[in-house]
Amino acid sequence: MREVYLDNSATTRPYPEVVKAVLAAMEDYYGNPSSLHRKGVEAGRAVARAREAVADSLGVEASNIIFTGAGSEAINLAVKGLQPGRKGKHVITTAVEHPAVLNACGQLRERGMEITVLPVNNVGMVDPEDLTRALREDTYLVSIMHVNNEVGAVQPLADISAVIKEFRGAGRKLFWHVDAVQAYGKLPLRPPELGIDLLSVSAHKVHGPKGVGALYAAPGTPLKPLVAGGGQEWGLRSGTENVPGIAGFGVAAGIIAREARETAPKLFNLKKKLVDGILAAVPGAVLNGPACREDEPGCAPQIANISFPGLRGEVLLHALEGRGVYVSTGSACSSRKKPGSHVLRAMGLAEQLVEGAVRFSISTLNTAAEIDYAVEVTAGVVHELRELYG
Amino acid sequence: MRRVYFDHSATTPVRPEVAEEMQKFLADNFGNPTSLHYFGRQARKALEEAREKVAASIGAKPEEIIFNSGGTESDNMAIHGVAMLNLNRGNHIITSAIEHHAVLNTFKALGKQGFTVTILPVDKYGMVSIDDLSNAITDKTTLISIMHASNEVGTIQPIKEMAALAKEKGVFFHTDAVQSMGKIPVNVDDLGVDLLSISGHKIYGPKGVGALYVRKGTRWKQSLFHGGAQERLRRAGTENVPGIIGLGRACELAVQELKMESTRLAGLRDKLIKNVLDNIAYTRLTGHPTKRLPNHASFCFEFIEGESMLLSLDMKGIAASSGSACTSGSLEPSHVLLAMGIPHELAHGSIRITLGRDNTEEDIDYFMEVMPPIVERLRAMSPLDQENEFVMESSCAACKASTSCHR
Repeated sequence: MREVYLDNSATTRPYPEVVKAVLAAMEDYYGNPSSLHRKGVEAGRAVARAREAVADSLGVEASNIIFTGAGSEAINLAVKGLQPGRKGKHVITTAVEHPAVLNACGQLRERGMEITVLPVNNVGMVDPEDLTRALREDTYLVSIMHVNNEVGAVQPLADISAVIKEFRGAGRKLFWHVDAVQAYGKLPLRPPELGIDLLSVSAHKVHGPKGVGALYAAPGTPLKPLVAGGGQEWGLRSGTENVPGIAGFGVAAGIIAREARETAPKLFNLKKKLVDGILAAVPGAVLNGPACREDEPGCAPQIANISFPGLRGEVLLHALEGRGVYVSTGSACSSRKKPGSHVLRAMGLAEQLVEGAVRFSISTLNTAAEIDYAVEVTAGVVHELRELYG
Repeated sequence: MRRVYFDHSATTPVRPEVAEEMQKFLADNFGNPTSLHYFGRQARKALEEAREKVAASIGAKPEEIIFNSGGTESDNMAIHGVAMLNLNRGNHIITSAIEHHAVLNTFKALGKQGFTVTILPVDKYGMVSIDDLSNAITDKTTLISIMHASNEVGTIQPIKEMAALAKEKGVFFHTDAVQSMGKIPVNVDDLGVDLLSISGHKIYGPKGVGALYVRKGTRWKQSLFHGGAQERLRRAGTENVPGIIGLGRACELAVQELKMESTRLAGLRDKLIKNVLDNIAYTRLTGHPTKRLPNHASFCFEFIEGESMLLSLDMKGIAASSGSACTSGSLEPSHVLLAMGIPHELAHGSIRITLGRDNTEEDIDYFMEVMPPIVERLRAMSPLDQENEFVMESSCAACKASTSCHR
């Protein structure tokens, strides 16, 4: 049976070059980077090379990259590790963040911080004016993601940046964290240009290995570690470095940097084909999130969230799977919790649309023929299920 | 040139059998275990099988195993999670002066947050006294964390007796078993511990993965990372599937081969210790002479600076270390040796030889061929006063543990 993997926002197939690098590192660079002898030095160099590659892909200095065990850990380090300073009591985030951000903010609330959760409009976009209104003298952290993982809304970072810079311009300290886990490798982003202080990325969402993520922290950002120990990663993340994982991440980052310009248009063309195809072939199907148009800045090139009213997303997921098409009902990490996405609810979608939502997420490894197949299968499966449950 | 890796306590190469299993889950079965579809379910199934293997290897139940990124995270998770959740019962926590920095620095961080921290001294062999522990426990004590075996001097602590004492007093007991796993039997029921840390890359598994055992019923809660519902809400972040599968296989192999391999390594270790002590003057074994890891030999050479010794050995193709890998490069002598009452000058001349699967008799012979001339040459250059008496003080410099280890 043909297999079409369209769940690339959950995780991606590692590039063959990545697999090779991970295996080679396990075999050849097995030393502990902290060791002084040759095996240690070799492993240390492998980590340093990967750090350069990740830094290059973001247009930052290698000394500002902290490797972590996952994207979620990077986010936790950013949100909970940031020191609020004497006046800091207030944090602003949005209703459509990944659970790692929302739950880390929940922890801050337990520590006595006040959290403002910005709403989104019906396509999942934050209004920068809401941010302006929410900022207070004691706000020390704003955490707004780049690309939403469920509906692919691209937040207006340039406008948000302007609001933040204006607030800072009045001599106030304010730190900005961006969860770029879904945007990384798809949309070019240079954190220093926008005044982003902290930015989280994950390797396994960009055809790298699982078990490794990274946090960019601008120079001078007051961070404290969450994990204490041997003082690796400039004292910000203790624990023996995951050398093979980091080496694999480095290779994936190198590919990102090399293909930066072609990736987004290529993904967008595939997404457009998929969305147009499904909306044309399936009566009643609705695209959730920003419109799929090249001139729509809120449209992420790789994520299409589509509702099939009258059907349950999970049922559709398994039916599609039966034909070799792999999708998800929302973010992978909420798949096992209560049904119904917090993102779609925040957008104010009707219950029927929330229940019938399916997320297709595309990678550059997908082909136009695969998209055609996915459209055909989706149309067929929806038709059959509707007959069945009619 | 002959290459000899004598630093297995720092890290180990991944066994081919382990790498082979990981490869499948790196390349083709790459799914996210939380995904509901086939790719996700394949990954989930393998993840749960690995959990069973890890659990079986330490006599635990699968649901008592939480996967994470390594030994350091395990230690942090264990200590933080118990200390924080039991704050309503008390704010006193106990550890020892010779713990790994993952434990010591977590205790120090908690100390700054208002916890009362007791750091127990050790004797000249690096052994914690049960009487000291017993005397330290108060009605405010909620957690004791004592390592199973020392990474720096190999001394094996009487965990069973200490854990029994803790249980009697209603205190939770954590042990860092990162070094003992795969070298001596590690069974959570035999030891009687509530929490236990292990790491993949010390047992021929991959880096970037570890596990924390939490006995059912232990008042512990994840307090480091928050996010998705992975590991039954006990550790957020997409699971490192290939790494976890590697850890499962590594644990399985470690236990299968434990008896034979430990006996073999103990033979090599004893030969090494005897040869060094017999043939190189002004040399002492550090750590306990008998209650020590079968693969672990550590020495102090008088009138020598450890780092030059290591570099000289490295030039001869031998990879060894002065103590723990993460304190390498730090100018401070080992906090463990200082806690054992070894004077500064002597502690600087420390070396740790940790044996592993790839080592043979010939490696020991080669070491004995190259080491004496290195010692002789370095001593001839040494500015250290050769008149200095070698004194082993039994009193302990209780908490000279360094604040952090910069590389």
